[in-house]
This record gives sequence, structure tokens and C-alpha cells, in this order.
Amino acid sequence: MATHSGGLTTAPAPAVRITSLVREFAGRRVLDELDLSIAPDEFVALIGRSGSGKSTLLRVLGGIDHEVTGYEELTAPENVSVVFQDARLLPWKRVLDNVALGLPGSDAEARARTALAEVGLAGRENAWPVELSGGEQQRVALARSLVRDPELLLADEPFGALDALTRLRMHTLLKQLCARHRPAVLLVTHDVDEAIALADRVVVLDHGRIAADLRVDVPAPRSPGTARYAALRDELLTLLGLDPTAGTVPEPADPGASQPTDTTPKNAKGSDL
Amino acid sequence: MTQSTAPPLVAPGDPPPTDADASPPAPASTERSPGRSTARSARRSLAGAALAAALRLRRVSGLIAVLLLWWLGSGQGWLGSTTPSPGSVWSAAVELVRSGEYTHHLGVSLERVGKGLAIGIPLGIALGLAAGLTRAVEDVIDAPIQAFRMLPHLALAPVFIIWFGIGETSKTMLILIGPIFPLYINVLHGIRGVDNRLVEAARSCGLSRWGLTRRVILPGALPQILVGLRQALGIGWLTLVVAEQTATTSGIGYLMTDAREFLRTDVMFVVLVTYALLGVLSDLLVRLVERRALAWRRGYTGR
Ligand SMILES: Nc1ncnc2c1ncn2[C@@H]1O[C@H](COP(=O)(O)OP(=O)(O)OP(=O)(O)O)[C@@H](O)[C@H]1O
Ligand SMILES: [Mg+2]
Repeated sequence: MATHSGGLTTAPAPAVRITSLVREFAGRRVLDELDLSIAPDEFVALIGRSGSGKSTLLRVLGGIDHEVTGYEELTAPENVSVVFQDARLLPWKRVLDNVALGLPGSDAEARARTALAEVGLAGRENAWPVELSGGEQQRVALARSLVRDPELLLADEPFGALDALTRLRMHTLLKQLCARHRPAVLLVTHDVDEAIALADRVVVLDHGRIAADLRVDVPAPRSPGTARYAALRDELLTLLGLDPTAGTVPEPADPGASQPTDTTPKNAKGSDL
Repeated sequence: MTQSTAPPLVAPGDPPPTDADASPPAPASTERSPGRSTARSARRSLAGAALAAALRLRRVSGLIAVLLLWWLGSGQGWLGSTTPSPGSVWSAAVELVRSGEYTHHLGVSLERVGKGLAIGIPLGIALGLAAGLTRAVEDVIDAPIQAFRMLPHLALAPVFIIWFGIGETSKTMLILIGPIFPLYINVLHGIRGVDNRLVEAARSCGLSRWGLTRRVILPGALPQILVGLRQALGIGWLTLVVAEQTATTSGIGYLMTDAREFLRTDVMFVVLVTYALLGVLSDLLVRLVERRALAWRRGYTGR
């Protein structure tokens, strides 16, 4: 694409540009004149309450939703990959064939092999998806997305079903893979800490619009201990309508309440991995 | 530690070790104490073989019991004087085979079923596929097919004889009709039942409509299609029985009618056992296909 001509100062053409996107379901407005743009290489985390329309936005960008109500501009790259919360591998295809699914060219299989190795699954090419653990399946799904060298990677709570430890490992993996493949990323997450750990920018979706758009300016090892981290975290939690002070209680009384609040202790512990 | 990693991108948080572990350690541990572990594995394989034999025995035990009861019952007269013993049925079978009659009639019957199924099965599958893959086709053909399905196709036998004559055509037509419906229904439902989330994911991988059909929709529907195939074969044999009951001088059905005239119950039993065996064999065939084609299902192999 025509992105590499400019230096650091001139903004390149954005990978994604949306203006006034409207999506209604049976007359109910879920996305209400939403505006969003994402630069190439930019990693954007999308957070918002349950039902706020995050998945809806992702499906529009991924070209899965063909019934958009209206928009002024809707630009997304040709080459988009989607990772879902459930891995969605074809159970009747072996792992390697799942990764190579729909890949053109005679080197498809070799590329799929490389992609599997990248996510640490070399040697499992001939396994059936049912034989893999949840985390392994999700890594296959990641390989399947990245082997296409997408200009835009869309991920809808890709780690939501994983345990805290696996999730942290996946964060590291995703960061590395993104550094190598350099796609623009839109990551939907429920987890404020995940958003801060991974993203260059966090956008908050509320009432069908981007209610806040914050740059993550926490310095490199984004450890939850720093003041800047805590401030950003509090700000995001407040935007989500949660009381940040409740989130800093060391031991959550009720882990069943799956709000972002209960991730604090896990991440605090996991940060030294 | 993370920073030190250069080009190769294997997750440093390393879930991979668990995968890497999986294969290498196995041979390593066998090397450590070769004598003992081979002995143990030999003992285990012996026990395994014994267990497998026992399981196989258990699976045929019911059948053996039935044969035994038949033999006993006919000998003691529990089953009435008109029930032949297994021994007399066997000798009747041997006699029929020797005279060449059996092979001739079986050949004719197999040809009838073969012809009927060779047209009926593809037709049923084609209708199911057309309706399953295209809504418009479903809208048009579903109602008439459902209506025909409600009609017991065996009731068509006399009508077909009038339409197509008493020759082979009417029989083939009757056998052809039956399997269409179970296949149509199962193919259609199989396709409708394919997980839409998988279809979405595959489509986002850039599959074309044809690629999607071939790699996602058809494999997803296959288990249900095979159920339909099994039902279709069962119906095929059933229809054969009815088709050969009237207006014919060949086929194992004729053998049966003929034997009835002469009260040869032993020959009638030979035919009955033949029907049972043919049904079992064709079912076995589909099961074999199933085992190969559905190997991806959890627990389908090695259990
Ligand atoms: N196919 C659909 N038909 C009708 N309503 C829908 C459909 N898809 C989504 N919606 C509605 O749109 C709203 C937003 O849904 P969406 O799945 O985008 O939420 P979300 O932000 O992803 O929530 P979560 O965090 O729980 O995944 C919800 O109220 C949902 O009921
Ligand atoms: Mg969602």
C-alpha cells in the first residue's frame, strides 16, 4: 500500500476509516453514526459494556455483516482476518489444513507450516482440532489469521475463554506476532488490563458511538504498579461505568461476577512472568 | 528474558513445551529400562488381546444364543412342526447353491436393487443438495416431495405394474422411488444443520461459494447424509421384497413364493436369512465408510 512514503510525522492513509456508520437490528439502533479510524500498524483495543455493539462493529469491518443500515465512509483493507472467541476450526480438517484453508498458491502448505511453528505448534500439523486444548485451538486460529498476512486483524475477545495464565502467554505471543506481521489490529476485549497491556490506543464504545479514545502512554514494561497505568485503568473503568476503587480490592469477593474488576489480582501476579 | 529473543518467534511464555514433551519423552523412557518395560508392555498387549477377544465374543454371544434356541426349539418341537431346524435350512441352502438356482435368483435380485439404488440414491442426494444449497429450489420442491413422502411408496406397486408393465421396469422404478425421500430429508437437514459460525469463519478465510460448499457445508452435513444412506439401503431391501412378490419368475422373492406353493419352509428360511444377511452387509458397508469419513470425531477411533 501507499503507506511507507511518509516519515513518522506525516500521518499515512489510515487502514480503517469509518464515518457515520449506522447499524440497526429490527429498528433498534446498535451503532449510531459511529466514527473510527485506525492507522496501519496501529493496535487498537475496543472496550465497552456487554451489548454495546462491539461484535457488531467487528462483523461490519470483517465483511461478515452484509446488512449495514448506512454509512458515509466505510474503508477497510481488502485483506482482513478475523479471530473469534471460539477458535472456529473446521473439525473435519487436520490442524495444518485448517491453517491453509483457502490459501492460494502452491506454497500454501509450507506457509501454513511456518505459521504453526510461529505459534509454537510445530509437530501438531496432523492433529484433529478436537485433540487440542482450548489455548492450542486458539493459537491455531491465530496462525490461520496471520498466515494470510492481513492488513487488518480483527479479534473478538480471542482470549476470553482462556485461563489467566494462558491468556498472559497469548498476550506475549500476539504482541510478537503483530510486531512481525505489522497488521492494523482491532481487538475487542472485556478486560481493561488486556487493553492496556497490548494496545496503542483504547476506544470505548457506548450508546453506539466511540465515547472515548485514549492513547496508551504507559511506558514500555506496562506493569500495573506504575502511577500512569493505574490512572489510565481507573479512567477506563470509570468510562465503563464501574467504580475503580472497587476494582483495587486485592481479593475479589465474588469471582463469579465476570466484570473487568476481577482481573486485577491475576494480572498483578502474572506481570512477573 | 523476553527481550533476549531474536528472530525465531516461539512464544517465550512457552505453552509449546507441553506440545514438544508429548512425543520425545516416550521413547526416552523406554530406553531407560528396556527389559522391564518390554515385558510389561508384552503382558499388557496379551491382556489387551484377551480383552478384545472377550469383547468380540460378547458381541456375537446374542446371535449364538438365538441360533442355539432355534436349534433346540425345532428339535424339541417348541416352535411347532412347520419350523425347520437350522440343519435342514443349511442343507436346503447347500442344495440350492449346488443346483445354481440360488446364484441365479440372487443375481437377478441384486441387479434389481443395484439398478434402483444406482438411480435413486444419486437422485435423492441431488434433490437434497439442490434444496439445501439454494433456498429458491427448496421453496419449489420441498412441498411436493414432502407430500410424496407421506404416501407409502409400496402402495404404488400395483399402479407401477399398470404403468410400466410386469417386466423389470416396474420393479426398478419401485425400488428407485423409496430411497429418494430419506436421502433428500437427511441431506437437506444435514446442510441446514451446519454450524453457521464455522461457515462465517471459513468465509472470512476467503473461500469462494464453491470452496465453502466443498470444504465446509458438505463435510459438515456428511454425518447426517450417511444416516440417510443407511435408511435408504434398508428401504431398498424392503422394496425388493414387495416388488418380487408379484408378477415375476425370478429373484429371491420368487424363490420364496415358489417355496410357499410347495410348503418348503426350509427354502423359505434360506431366503429370510438371505434378506437378513444382505441388510447386515450393506449396513456394514456404510459403517465402514462412516468410520473412514468421520474419523475426525472425538472418540471415533481407538476405543
Ligand atoms: N443478529 C442480530 N439480530 C438482532 N439483534 C442483534 C444481532 N446481533 C446483535 N444484536 C444486538 O445488538 C446489540 C449489540 O450486540 P453485540 O454482539 O455487538 O454486543 P457486544 O458489545 O459484542 O456484547 P458482548 O460484549 O456481550 O459480546 C445487542 O443488543 C444484540 O442484541
Ligand atoms: Mg461480542
